[in-house]
Amino acid sequence: MSVQDVIAARVVPHIPPGAVVNLGIGIPTLVADHLPEHAAHLQTENGLLGVGPTPLPGEADPDLVHAGKKPVTARPGASFFASSDSFGMIRGGHVEVAVLGALQIDARGRIANWSVPGKPVLGVGGAMDLLVGARTVVVATTHTAKDGSPKIVEECSYPLTAQRAVDVVVTELATFRVRDGGLVLVDLAEGVTVDEVRARTAAPFRVEVPEAVDA
Amino acid sequence: MTPSSLTERGAPVLDPAAAAARIPDGATVMVGGFGLVGAPLTLIDALLTATATRDLTIVSNNLGEPGRGLGKLLLEGRVRKAVGSYFTSNPDVVAAYQEGRLEIDLVPQGTLAEAIRAGGAGIGGFYTRTGWGTDLGEGREERVIRGEPHLYQESLRADVALVRARAADALGNLVYAKTARNFNPDMATAADLVIAEVDEIVPVGALDPEEIVTPHLFVDALVLSGGAR
Repeated sequence: MSVQDVIAARVVPHIPPGAVVNLGIGIPTLVADHLPEHAAHLQTENGLLGVGPTPLPGEADPDLVHAGKKPVTARPGASFFASSDSFGMIRGGHVEVAVLGALQIDARGRIANWSVPGKPVLGVGGAMDLLVGARTVVVATTHTAKDGSPKIVEECSYPLTAQRAVDVVVTELATFRVRDGGLVLVDLAEGVTVDEVRARTAAPFRVEVPEAVDA
Repeated sequence: MTPSSLTERGAPVLDPAAAAARIPDGATVMVGGFGLVGAPLTLIDALLTATATRDLTIVSNNLGEPGRGLGKLLLEGRVRKAVGSYFTSNPDVVAAYQEGRLEIDLVPQGTLAEAIRAGGAGIGGFYTRTGWGTDLGEGREERVIRGEPHLYQESLRADVALVRARAADALGNLVYAKTARNFNPDMATAADLVIAEVDEIVPVGALDPEEIVTPHLFVDALVLSGGAR
C-alpha cells in the first residue's frame, strides 16, 4: 500500500457510519476506496450527493465528475444540484465531515492549503468554504513535505485557508486531535515512536497515547 | 389569452453565430461549467470564430483548459478580466496574468456561487464567514454576526449569461445533465441576456414540471449544441 493509501485508511475511523462527507482533492479522494460500502454519503461541491465508485474503463460519463474533474458514478439515492445549493450545504453546516489536504498545519491546528508564497495566487476553489462550514474537519496529509521538512509547524509560512482550526490531523505516522487550542497526539502508526514523531514535527504537542512511552 | 397561444410564444432559437453576435465588446459574460463539464462549448466556439468581440470580463469558475473552451478565448486575446475561483489548472491563465495581459478577481467558490445566486435574486450583497482572516479577506468590510466575524460580498450580475443544459422545451424551460448542472442554473438568473445551449428542444409539455430546474422566464434564447463535451 502506498503512503497515500496508508493515510487514507487511517482517516476511515474518523468518519461516522452514514455521515455526509466531502473529500478534497489528493489523498482525501483516496479515502473513498477504504470506506466500507455505503458507510458514508459522499458530497462533491460541483453538485452531487451520493458519489459512487470510479466507473469501469470505457464507461465514464463526461457529465459526471467529482470536484477533481475525474469521472465518478452516482449511487442509488444520489441527487444533483446547482453550485449555490452545494455551497449552501457546505457553509450551512449540513456536511458533517470534510477531509482536506494541507501544505502546513500550525500549532493551533489552523491550516494552509491554497496558496504558496512567491507564486501568483490564482486558485482557491472550495477550500475556504469547506473549512468554515463543515461540522468536523479532518486533515489527511503526509507528515513531512517532499523535501523532508515538517508540515506541522509552529506558525504557517504559507497563507492560512481560514482562522478556524481543524479537528483532526492524520498522517502516515500519527493522529493528532486539536483540543484547547493545541495539538494532542492521540494515536501512533504501528512501530512508530513518540520520539520519531517529535523529530519530524516542528510544533509542540501533548501526548495522550495510552501505550506510548514519552522519552 | 388561451394557454395554447401562450405556449406558441417560445424562446427564439438562434444559430450559434447569431447568438454570439449579441455580445458586445467589453461585456461582462457569465459562462457556466466546472472546467469543461457543463460549459457551453458551441457558444464559446461561435464567439471565437464568428465574432471579433474583445475586452470581455468572464465570470466563470475556471477559464477552461489549455486551448479548450474559455482557454481558447484567452489565447486569442479576447478576455480582459476573469472572475472565478480556480485558475491554476490552466497554465495559460497563469502566464497571461504574469505578463499583465489578464486581470483576475479570485473569489472562493462558494462565495462566487452565492454572489451569482444573489445577483439573480435581487439581493445587493451578503455576509459570509468564508475568507475572513485570510489574504482574500484583506481590506474587506467586516461584520460580527452571532458572535462570528463575516466578510461582506457584493452580489454579481452580468450583461450576458451563456449556460449549458441538456434539454429545453420550446418555451425555454431547462433541465440539466448530472454534474454538468453546476453554475448554470445560478447564472441563468443573473444576466440581462441569457442564452442557453442545449442538446435538444422538445415540445412544450414534454418536460415534467417537477423536473424543470430553470423555469423559462429566465431564458431569452436557445442554441442547439454542436454536441461537444
